[in-house]
Amino acid sequence: MPDKMSTRKINSFQKQKNKQEMQKMVVSFALMIFFTLVAFALVALEIPSTYVIPLLLILAVVQVGFQFFYFMHLKDKGHEVPAQIIYGGIFVTVLVALTFTVITWW
Amino acid sequence: MSHDHSIDPNNMPKDPAKATMEGKHKFLGLWIFLGGETVLFACLFGTYLALKDSAAGGPTTQELYGLGLVFLMTMLLLTSSLTSVYAIYHMKNNDFKKMQLWMGITALLGIAFLACEIYEFAHYIHDYGFTFRSSAFGSAFYALVGFHGGHVVFGLSWIIVLMIRNAKRGLDLYNAPKYNTFALYWHFIDVVWVFIFTVVYLMGMVS
Amino acid sequence: MGMTSAQKSGFGATLWDWLTTVDHKKIGILYLAAGAFFFLLGGLEAVIIRIQLISPENDFISAGLYNEMITMHGTTMIFFAATPLLFGLMNYIMPLQIGARDVAFPFLNSLGFWLFLFGGIMLNISWFTGGAPDAGWTNYAPLSIQSPGHGVDYYVMGLQLSGAGTLMSGINFIVTIVLMRAPGMTYMRMPLFTWTTFVTSILVLFAFPALTVGLFLMMFDRMFGSAFFDAALGGNAVIWQHLFWIFGHPEVYILILPAFGVFSEILPTFAKKRLFGYTAMVFATFLIAFLGFMVWAHHMFTVGLGAVANSIFAVATMAIAVPTGIKIFNWLFTLWGGSIKINSAMLWSLAFIPSFTIGGMTGVMLASSVADYQYHDTYFVVGHFHYVIVGGVVFALLAAMHYWWPKMFGRYLHEGMGQLAFWTFFIGFHLTFFIQHFLGLMGMPRRYWVFLENQGLDTGNWISTLGAFFMTFGVIVFVINMIYTTIKGKKAPGDAWGTGRTLEWATASPPIHFNFKQMPLVRGLDPLWIEKMEGNEKMTPAEPVDEIHMPNGSILPLIMTIGFFIASLGFIYQAGNSYWLIAVYLGMAIGLICMLIRSLKDDHGYHIPKEEVEREDD
Repeated sequence: MPDKMSTRKINSFQKQKNKQEMQKMVVSFALMIFFTLVAFALVALEIPSTYVIPLLLILAVVQVGFQFFYFMHLKDKGHEVPAQIIYGGIFVTVLVALTFTVITWW
Repeated sequence: MSHDHSIDPNNMPKDPAKATMEGKHKFLGLWIFLGGETVLFACLFGTYLALKDSAAGGPTTQELYGLGLVFLMTMLLLTSSLTSVYAIYHMKNNDFKKMQLWMGITALLGIAFLACEIYEFAHYIHDYGFTFRSSAFGSAFYALVGFHGGHVVFGLSWIIVLMIRNAKRGLDLYNAPKYNTFALYWHFIDVVWVFIFTVVYLMGMVS
Repeated sequence: MGMTSAQKSGFGATLWDWLTTVDHKKIGILYLAAGAFFFLLGGLEAVIIRIQLISPENDFISAGLYNEMITMHGTTMIFFAATPLLFGLMNYIMPLQIGARDVAFPFLNSLGFWLFLFGGIMLNISWFTGGAPDAGWTNYAPLSIQSPGHGVDYYVMGLQLSGAGTLMSGINFIVTIVLMRAPGMTYMRMPLFTWTTFVTSILVLFAFPALTVGLFLMMFDRMFGSAFFDAALGGNAVIWQHLFWIFGHPEVYILILPAFGVFSEILPTFAKKRLFGYTAMVFATFLIAFLGFMVWAHHMFTVGLGAVANSIFAVATMAIAVPTGIKIFNWLFTLWGGSIKINSAMLWSLAFIPSFTIGGMTGVMLASSVADYQYHDTYFVVGHFHYVIVGGVVFALLAAMHYWWPKMFGRYLHEGMGQLAFWTFFIGFHLTFFIQHFLGLMGMPRRYWVFLENQGLDTGNWISTLGAFFMTFGVIVFVINMIYTTIKGKKAPGDAWGTGRTLEWATASPPIHFNFKQMPLVRGLDPLWIEKMEGNEKMTPAEPVDEIHMPNGSILPLIMTIGFFIASLGFIYQAGNSYWLIAVYLGMAIGLICMLIRSLKDDHGYHIPKEEVEREDD
């Protein structure tokens, strides 16, 4: 049946797309490992710098970005509402982190 | 509308986890739950940040933490995140056996991570006398890292139950959303861990 | 199957039906009934407080009992009366307004209700087991850490249970609104009550986890010897204040936004005009929610956070007056030039506008951090928040009862009794709380058991108590009205007020259990009004009559909740007696086994056959 043929074709097309996506995932995994290595190296080598802590935080944020946008597909279509919700959560997180580092004392 | 949830391999939906209405609900519901979890961990992180220097004469962050074990745990958990991506990849290709295999590897990595964590806690308690009750720092540390560990335990129970339940049945549109929501949850555990190893361990070792 | 059990009569079958229901309408009614019970309980506590304060150095109740009364009054009213009553309305009305047949997660909906109910029961058990919590509804450490007995433990576990339930409902509502709107129901065609439900749920999502963490820390400190708030081991009591208010301030908006939604439904219906400034109303709702997250420290001005922090929070707080003002003016413009029909629902709504505005103005006064040092912890604050919570939320709840009662129960509340209740409650409310502003300015601190004679406080307190009796009378009349209506009330048609604009009025009163025989096609804002203006008797359907998929009922949510309830009791008492750990393990086992059963047993729901759907009138 010609109908079935065409669905098979879409199927193989989908398979191809899934494969390409998986390759992107592996690349982003490699980057995540790289960022982790840099972060641990910064601490292990005891680099004496005031920039170490901000740098560590930036590395963490970038890595988490990969986790969210690639591994969890937040960049994809159909993820608009989840993305908004996570941004909301991040907004509150920033507020909370600021609070407990800046205005909590005796 | 059809009543059964089996997958027609010749007409595979692009994403079996979101092919049914129920699947769409679960997908969005889990994401929204993760939004709430973000705030939950934010509050635990905040508490830790406020109390991390309140060692009350006990061991401080620099005396306590060691890089090696944390690095190992990080690698285990990051890798388990990738293996769960592989599992979902095979789900989209309707290859149930490979999906189960990769989910199984994910679970094993998770168990290894958990074993390291238990060892770490035992080490702190026995060798340093550093407990949940010894100082405000101790309370905050165990609360934050322990909550994360609790999430790992929950995630592991979840995937093990799923794998056993569906071992004979194979993949269908009813259980695909369940695997997918687990994978999202597992990635989120990884996200939290990235901040734990950065904010708690690495920043705790830099003075 | 749900159908068969609903048709069976007999007490046992009916009870089983209610215990296992996952129908959003029944769960809504359960929320309303339980919330009303706790409202009466909290009201009783309020009256006892006011009787104690009727005259100087009164000894109607002891100082310790007084502390328990104020704590339980606040906690009960916020967590177990106002919140569930609003959640009941949301549960019942919101799915109808968007043209859905149920919520996205019916099982979770039921679980959320039972968790709330058992949380409330847990809190109130403390009365009989050696003393209720007595550290104020804010439960500040270190007072709460040092409070003897188990009262505060009950507070912690009770709120933890009900908080988990509320969080579930919030997630459920968000998914329902995003994914289950009827064809044509775009976001900007959603009724305001649905919008406020949506925004409120987002606030619940981001605010309640902070309470969860705060309660966990409190639980660990009190029951497991940790040191979060213990200064001797480096702990910091300000952490509790921050966590509590990061939750607590958004909670204020969690209560008031749905109230705004209620008024935005009632005013257009009885002014026979579309809501003025719909877009601005939606925008203002979001703006209030957003700003509402950045102002929690205005409860902590006197903690000593520093001038910079205080200034930032003061400015942010004052900014909230702007979107709230937008709303007030939009309601006034909705009324302007309308053909207004006055009834009980409308009276509560009209009374809300000036009452709430007074509360808003004292709010701006309190927002000034410098002046707050004078107002802080006085009756001025008590007056302020009762003006917003009673004048806003309670008025909204009573208005909503009159407005949606015919939809929910198919009968009109009695109009005469409604108006009697309104006037007595309204006058009593202003008598009670207006004078409290001046008592506060004269220096009367809140939460004090007694006040001294001849300090200028005697008359004011006497008037305030008199007002409380008026309010009590109003509430009693309302209760009688509910009972009377159930027995003899006038029957209501689907479009009970004749001027209904939104989709819930397109269903029967009360709606059939799957709400809509056919999904309605929404062609604009106020969809029913559009159809009526075009001479159509009912909504244009968006689909042919077909079989309908419905979720199965389940007893698991109730059993699961009982499990966690037992575990909570175990947690409270294991600190003194390790045998109670058995209760912890047993309760957790029950809860987890229920979760396991839920996971292992497939639940595909059931289908109502086409023939049966056709038989129902809509």
